Amino acid sequence: MGKRVGLEVSLAVAEAVKLANVDVVSAYPITPQTHIVEELSVYVASGELDAEFIPVESEHSAMSAALGAAAAGARVYTATASQGLALMHEILFIVSGMRMPMVMTVANRALSAPISIWNDHGDIMAERDIGWIQIFAENGQEALDLTLCAFKIAEDKRVLLPMIVNIDGFTLSHVIEPVIIPDHAEVDAFLPPYQPVLKLDTQNPVTFGPVGVPEVYTEARKQLEQAVIGAKPVVDEVLAGFGAAFDRQYKLVEQNGKIGAKTLFVTMGSLGETCMTAVDELMAEGQDAGQTRIRLWRPFPEEEFLAACAGAEKLVVIDRALSPGAVCGPVASELKSLFYGRPGAPEIINVIAGLGGRDVTVREFKEMFALAGSGKLSGNYMMWGVESHAS
Amino acid sequence: MAEVTQLIHQYLRHNKKFPLVFCPGCGIGIVLGSLVRSVHALDIPKDDMVVVAGIGCSGRIAAYVDFNTVHATHGRALTLATGIKMASPHLRVLTVMGDGDALSIGGNHLIHAARRNIGVTALVVNNFIYGMTGGQCSPTTPFGSYTHTSPQGQMEKSFDVVEMARAAGANGVYRGSVFHAKALDGLVQRAMSRPGFNLVEVMTPCFTQYGRGNRFRSPVEMFQWLKDTMTPREVYEKLEDKTGKLPMGVFVEHDEPGLEQRHAAMRQALADKGGAGS
Ligand SMILES: Cc1ncc(C[n+]2csc(CCOP(=O)(O)OP(=O)(O)O)c2C)c(N)n1
Ligand code: SF4
Ligand SMILES: [Mg+2]
Repeated sequence: MGKRVGLEVSLAVAEAVKLANVDVVSAYPITPQTHIVEELSVYVASGELDAEFIPVESEHSAMSAALGAAAAGARVYTATASQGLALMHEILFIVSGMRMPMVMTVANRALSAPISIWNDHGDIMAERDIGWIQIFAENGQEALDLTLCAFKIAEDKRVLLPMIVNIDGFTLSHVIEPVIIPDHAEVDAFLPPYQPVLKLDTQNPVTFGPVGVPEVYTEARKQLEQAVIGAKPVVDEVLAGFGAAFDRQYKLVEQNGKIGAKTLFVTMGSLGETCMTAVDELMAEGQDAGQTRIRLWRPFPEEEFLAACAGAEKLVVIDRALSPGAVCGPVASELKSLFYGRPGAPEIINVIAGLGGRDVTVREFKEMFALAGSGKLSGNYMMWGVESHAS
Repeated sequence: MAEVTQLIHQYLRHNKKFPLVFCPGCGIGIVLGSLVRSVHALDIPKDDMVVVAGIGCSGRIAAYVDFNTVHATHGRALTLATGIKMASPHLRVLTVMGDGDALSIGGNHLIHAARRNIGVTALVVNNFIYGMTGGQCSPTTPFGSYTHTSPQGQMEKSFDVVEMARAAGANGVYRGSVFHAKALDGLVQRAMSRPGFNLVEVMTPCFTQYGRGNRFRSPVEMFQWLKDTMTPREVYEKLEDKTGKLPMGVFVEHDEPGLEQRHAAMRQALADKGGAGS
């Protein structure tokens, strides 16, 4: 049945990784990821988790060692954030290109410069095209649950891809929340031991990652694309299976507030919970407000998102990352592509907010709603709350 | 006292919050002091100094000193410094890096900076730990020591920074300790006044993240440990029983020109031949 405890979300994630019986953890410390891997190293040292913990010398090495371990057939986990994720960049493509399942938590944090240890989505938005499955958790329970699901999704023979579970740095990673920790037996029933399809094996030698000459490279990338797109029904199925086993339901896209409202907020990550409160208050004030929360980011759940926004005239899309010089923020850009040319497409209003740990409050969401209603949020996007420091 | 106050006013940024960000009993403040005293003693104009810092507690030094400073990414201080020195050889370029910065994530750059013999002074602030991120094992964490990522005792061997820099070809290699502050000043000044790549390893306590977990009861005990352990090289070499001792002082001093000087000489030679660009 599991037990309900008050736990720092980082430790809840570590708990999930332990319950998943991983074989190898390789990581380099970076705020705000540190508590997760420290806890795992304690589990390994105490014998609670029978795994190898490799305290490598950088994130580039962390991802490389993770790749090596996955190629050897291990169930692998790592975690990072911000500059660490950026340093992994080169290897991230190789892991997906080689179709190596593994799970990584990214405790989302802003990128330098200037140096910021605080939360935004700049780190992960720079990694949109890596070919990993990417999902966002909104709270501690979800962080734990999605981590468990991630192993099952990544290792599914129809998928065989690495997967990132995003948790907002500090606002999620460092808060203490009530979470239900499932029993080991329940998890074992849900997540059977990993059976690699291919691994390094002297009896059946294989080559991972050889040269892709122009005659085959496009086809190899096509296969990867098919795998990523084809992962969506598996994600759906695993989340549904999780719901049935643990009685906690997760969908690819969630809705709250007034269903069919004319104005919808679109959020991803923990800011969604603040926005929910704002939407509740707006509804109580008689406003026509709703919210669509994107949980699965890659592959993008197109049909589910379209269905969730049916009837909406305005989407207020919150981006927690800036794409300097682009038409708009990354999430809005995705949605504009999705809606382009569709009859009755809603107006897409893009607000870039919550950069580098800047709070976005309930009151501010309500202000955005008012501005959107009065047509004052026009243009491709607006950066919210920019103060002039000019003297 | 008056002299200290004068140095503080002259070399530290006035708009910074004091006391320093470092924990009570941390040795990094002494490294900062040593740097400032050395620049003063060598009479280097403030505006000629460039301090490139890594990311870590030790890198915070760059926030306080009133020189040109760059604070970029974890591990890349030496590569930035290389670019700065090659583009502007007249600048006095010094890097401040932690043991993590210099030896794990940036370890590759350290050996290449030494091999290249670029005219940069490197202070490696060795506190045996990743201090800033909360106490995980680093490449200098002593074998068997306890950290948050070696709760069973460190199972990997540690680097000997001095031997590594020597083997990689550094012009000058020094080791000092924050307990021996006067001697440290001498080493830093020596390293800063010579050509090519000069590295000073500074042993310093981190009670908060390392000491507490390793049987030290206070920062004072860690300073006491430095006092008992660090031994002038000349004395160390004559010791019959070297256990529990670490040598400090001057280890390597070559007089090879720095890379930027070789480039300048090449350009001069080309000009003398009337060749370059004509
Ligand atoms: C690419 C990258 N990875 C990880 C970090 C997180 N990080 C910041 S400082 C640090 C280690 C600090 O240890 P050290 O260099 O020894 O400096 P100290 O704090 O001990 O002085 C780490 C891992 C980072 N900033 N960037
Ligand atoms: S954590 Fe350690 S190195 Fe960092 S300021 Fe505190 S004592 Fe110094
Ligand atoms: Mg250190």
